[in-house]
Amino acid sequence: MTTVLEARDVHFAFGRTPALRGADLRLGEGEILAVMGPSGSGKSTLLHCLAGILVPDSGEIHFDGQRIDRLGETGRSALRRDKFGFVFQFGQLVPELSAEENVALPLLLSGVRRSAATAEARVLLERLGLDGLAARTSGELSGGQAQRVALARGLVARPRVLFADEPTGALDSLTGEQVMDLLVGSARAEGTSVVLVTHEPRVAAYADREVVVRDGKVLALTAEPAA
Amino acid sequence: MTVPLTLLGLLEREPSHGYDLKRDYDAFFGRDKPLSFGQVYSTLSRLARDGKVVISDPEAGAGPDRKRYVITDAGATEVDSWLTEPVAPEPHLQTVLFAKVTLALLLDRPAEQYLDTQRAAHMQRMRELTTVKRSGRLVDSLLADHALFHIEADLRWIELTAARLDALAREVRR
Repeated sequence: MTTVLEARDVHFAFGRTPALRGADLRLGEGEILAVMGPSGSGKSTLLHCLAGILVPDSGEIHFDGQRIDRLGETGRSALRRDKFGFVFQFGQLVPELSAEENVALPLLLSGVRRSAATAEARVLLERLGLDGLAARTSGELSGGQAQRVALARGLVARPRVLFADEPTGALDSLTGEQVMDLLVGSARAEGTSVVLVTHEPRVAAYADREVVVRDGKVLALTAEPAA
Repeated sequence: MTVPLTLLGLLEREPSHGYDLKRDYDAFFGRDKPLSFGQVYSTLSRLARDGKVVISDPEAGAGPDRKRYVITDAGATEVDSWLTEPVAPEPHLQTVLFAKVTLALLLDRPAEQYLDTQRAAHMQRMRELTTVKRSGRLVDSLLADHALFHIEADLRWIELTAARLDALAREVRR
C-alpha cells in the first residue's frame, strides 16, 4: 500500500508540557485509520501535526513524499486547502452562511467560480441526503444534519486525506452511525484516506485498523498493511 | 436454555410443524448456528413430555413430518415469564480477564501487553461486526449491535484497568 502521510519521530510540547514524544505513524492510500487513546494522550495534537496545523518541535511529517513540516505557513495553508479535508466534533459551520454556502466554501477559497462551487456543493448535499436543507443556516439544522453538512464541506474539494476529530462525539448513537456510514462510504467511493481521531471503540471499528496514542507515542496494535 | 423457549415462542404465533419451526428459527436466530432436525424434534418431545406443547391430530400425507405442535397454557405462561423477566448480566469475560491481569501482576508478567493483545482482538471482532452491520439486513444489524455494545463494554474495562495497573499491582503484591 502506497504511503500518503507519515510521521517520523515527532515531538511536540505545549510550553513545558510534552504532548508527543517520538510519534511514528503511516497512513496508506485509501486507508481509514483510527487514532485512539484517552483524553490528553496527544491524539488531537498528532492530528494537528499531520495536517500541517501545528509544526512539530522535532521529527518529520511527509505527505506524498514531501516534507511538510519544513513548509512555511503559506505553503501549509495551501496544502490544507487543496489536499486535506476536515471534520470536527462540533461541525464548526459558519453560522451566517447557508448549508450550501458552507459546503461550497473550500472550493471558493481555492478560486473555483461561485456557480461551479455551488453546483458541486449541491451534488454533495444530495449525496448525503441533505438536498432539502441547502438554504438553512447551522442554527436551523439538527446536530446530525449539521455534522453531515460539515462532512460534505470536508469532502467537497475531493481531498487526498480527510481528518476527522471525534466526528460523532456530539451525536447520539444512531445519528453518529449515520454520519460514520456516510463518512466511510464517501471516503471509499472517492479513495480518500482518512485519519479518524476517536476515543470510542464503536467509531474506531469503522476503520481498517487502529493505533493507540499513549504517553505521546503511537502504538500499532494491529499490523500495518504491507508497503 | 433459549432453544426450547424460542421454539415455544414461535409456536405461540401459530401451531406449526417441526420443519417450519426449524426454518423460522434458523432465519431469525440461527444463522451462525442452525438447528439440526434432531435437536428440533428432541426439544419438541421434551416440551410435549413437560406439558408445554401438545401434538394435534396428524394430518394425512406421505411425509414423515405431519405432526403439528400446539402450545399449551403452561407453555404460553412460560414464554410470558421468560419474556418479562430480565436476563442476568453475564460478566464472564471480565472475570477471565480480571484473573489474567491479576495473575500477570502477581507473577510479574507484562499485564499491559496482555491487555493490549486482548484489546486488538476485541477491535478486530468489532470491525468484523461493523462490516456485517453495514452490509446486512436490519435483523443482522441489530444482532451485531448487541455484540458490539458488549465488546465495547469489555474494552472500556480493559482501558480503565490499563490506566490503573500500577495501583492494582501495588494492591495485589502487598
